[in-house]
Amino acid sequence: MKQKKIILIVLVAFATTIGGFLLASDHIDAPAVKNQTTDITDLFVFNGADTNNLVFVANTQGLLAPASTGAATFDPNTLIQVNIDNNGDNVEDLVIQAIYADGKMNFYGPAVPTVPGLKSQLEGAITASVSVTPYTASSPITATGTNGIMVFAGPRDDPFFFDLNQYHAILAGKAMSFNNPGSDSFAGTNVMSVVVEVPKSLLKSTGKINVWLTTKKKV
Amino acid sequence: MKKHLLAKSILSLGILVVTVVSCSKSNNNSMPPATVYYEQADQVGRPAINTVFIPASGKDSFNTTIPSQMPALFTNDMKTSLLTLNPNYTTNLLGLTSDQFIGVVSTDVLNAATKGVTSFYNGTQVLTGRNLSDDVIDVELTLVFGGPTGGDNPGLTSDHVNGNDKPFLAAFPYEASPW
Repeated sequence: MKQKKIILIVLVAFATTIGGFLLASDHIDAPAVKNQTTDITDLFVFNGADTNNLVFVANTQGLLAPASTGAATFDPNTLIQVNIDNNGDNVEDLVIQAIYADGKMNFYGPAVPTVPGLKSQLEGAITASVSVTPYTASSPITATGTNGIMVFAGPRDDPFFFDLNQYHAILAGKAMSFNNPGSDSFAGTNVMSVVVEVPKSLLKSTGKINVWLTTKKKV
Repeated sequence: MKKHLLAKSILSLGILVVTVVSCSKSNNNSMPPATVYYEQADQVGRPAINTVFIPASGKDSFNTTIPSQMPALFTNDMKTSLLTLNPNYTTNLLGLTSDQFIGVVSTDVLNAATKGVTSFYNGTQVLTGRNLSDDVIDVELTLVFGGPTGGDNPGLTSDHVNGNDKPFLAAFPYEASPW
């Protein structure tokens, strides 16, 4: 009990140093991207229903209430890029890029980036293109690219779940522990999502990859 | 009078030149388009790393640092955050000391397997991907607060939200329809 109290006291001190930030997965994690089309919420990487494929989920613009989801759009000036390192040096060897134009999400890659790092350009020709699924659509619009990748872009339920409010209460010293059952602070909210399913053969991997998701703003 | 005529000619020549220039500007099909560049704004590998471990002053710069440079720039801040969250930290369920644990998380990439099961952590697989259904918050809370057995601070190692608020789809694009 004493140990717990000490932890809580320190948590309170910690909360004051991070003061005001809504803690989540990566939702509105930093001042420069808060409420921007560049704000990433989550990255997921998992086997497809066909385990010869790997799925990359790139979610942005979190905490969209249903009432504001219909008006949410992808940004033609924001490049959404999945970065893949396949030799363990944490430098991207392949990129999968998605960028919005005229109602469609266009995909490039998987392609070797001309130059890795903070500044990117679109790599090669479009490999897949899909109409952005409208909020009111009864089923998701999907497409398959020239290289066999499957693609989707549009609003989806935020798959992330966390009792963020109770975590806040703990950090603020207003609670000693989580509740059981907890309450999902992301219930009923949406994200703008890009999903790409890629044949593993395109990843040139020997078994392990490192993946990170970036958003980049047109210069 | 002559002067006026000259001025008029110069003026019309000027208009002609402007027209020619603007024409050539809008009709440059023969010129290769300039490369368009995009500059990094946000980045994420594993869930909640920036959110939990990076102090307010570093959050923007963390998002615009390439993963291979993160350890050099952020290890000290991240270790401070860990030991502030849990001053009694010794090792965690993975047997990692604070230095080893921060050594893993300070390079913010999501490790994934291209063979076999993908999972953030399922007791057997450790960091072989991240499924939509993976309870990543409980994993991270356990690794921060749970001590060597995962049993320390039981009130802080699970938020008791164990799944999404809508079922996922069995087929592409897997995520549930929006609310």
